Amino acid sequence: MVDKKTLKTLTEPVGMSNPITKQVLGICSALAVTVKMDTALVMSAALIFVLVGSNAIVSAFRNLIPSRVRIIVMLTIIATLVIFIDQLLKAYLFDISKQLSVFVGLIITNCIVLGRAEAFALKNGVWPSMLDGLGNGLGYGMILLFVSAMRELFGSGTMLGFQIVPDMLYVENGGWYMNNGLMLLAPGAFFVLGLLIWLQRTLTGYTEE
Amino acid sequence: MSGLTHYLSLAVETIFIKNILLAYFLGMCSFLAISRKVETSIGLGLAVVFVNGITVPVNWMIRQYLLGPGALEWTGIAGMAAVDLSFLNYIVFIATIAAMVQLVEMVLDKVSPTLYQSLGIFLPLIAVNCAILGSSLFMVEREYDFMESSVFGVSAGIGFFLAIITLATIRYKLKYSNVPPGLRGLGIAMLITGLISMAYMSFSGINL
Repeated sequence: MVDKKTLKTLTEPVGMSNPITKQVLGICSALAVTVKMDTALVMSAALIFVLVGSNAIVSAFRNLIPSRVRIIVMLTIIATLVIFIDQLLKAYLFDISKQLSVFVGLIITNCIVLGRAEAFALKNGVWPSMLDGLGNGLGYGMILLFVSAMRELFGSGTMLGFQIVPDMLYVENGGWYMNNGLMLLAPGAFFVLGLLIWLQRTLTGYTEE
Repeated sequence: MSGLTHYLSLAVETIFIKNILLAYFLGMCSFLAISRKVETSIGLGLAVVFVNGITVPVNWMIRQYLLGPGALEWTGIAGMAAVDLSFLNYIVFIATIAAMVQLVEMVLDKVSPTLYQSLGIFLPLIAVNCAILGSSLFMVEREYDFMESSVFGVSAGIGFFLAIITLATIRYKLKYSNVPPGLRGLGIAMLITGLISMAYMSFSGINL
């Protein structure tokens, strides 16, 4: 069931052609939900669900969708899945869904979902499309996890809510350490992601222009 | 606070302090893709101001009279006042945006072919721009009234316009500088956006 070529559709987007750092898709939410790790994790899970679901449905209907109206059809499919996950989050993880606020809804216009449906699911079968969705979702989740880990660690000295930096190091307790408040603000997200892109591109040797 | 000052203060807050792009990261994809050239950035920026100024009030009306909790009361049908269709927000908003974009495109083509020429190619792109849907969702979350959401729609667009032009002009200058290979393109654009965002943060605290 999983031969080498199909496996490649899964592993490639996680590493080399990562949706965020290489294809430049879905950056909005990657920056907005990464102040803390738990929101980033929930957001990644929601995106993986929507991405796998929409890729599967779009590819199942790919011969029935007229190409002139495909965008609106795909948006409807995606929006339905997003409503589903939004209601689910509101029911079971209300606090986190409050913190994510509008960004769960914005999965609809997340370019990764529409981009993969357009570029992959419309041309391939259901099974490879699902793997492609999973791969891209995991690639997205990895970046989110990294950025949020950096921001939470340096911004609040915690990871997933557990304190990492010992209390005695802080200035208030006679130490020398202070949290970097910039990390919690918008510019911090831009810097962390920018540096991560630099690192990833230096390692893979990929350059633009 | 008197009416006009209230709206002016809301506009200043939306454009500079709570800038939709630099503080809430909405519309990043098109922001990074389009900002390579100054002319196209102006085109996209104008199109966003235009479409956002229309869709946010329209979505406000849809929410007020169709989807919000108790919004169907005006129909007078028994039991309708208890209906809450808020869960349909996303799908209806995105459909409205797509329809409005189409409408704006058709009207522009008829009324002002020159403007259509310059904005034309950007209009379809806008239908899937998160800044537009994001503004409508913020409008719901912050419970604006009709006038407030009109002001908010236009000024969120202006905020996007300012940010994208700033980045485009900086990237234009950057063409002649020697950037490390791995940082070229996306990487340096992210770092510059971070710096612009820091500069905009100095506006916070301004209150009219």
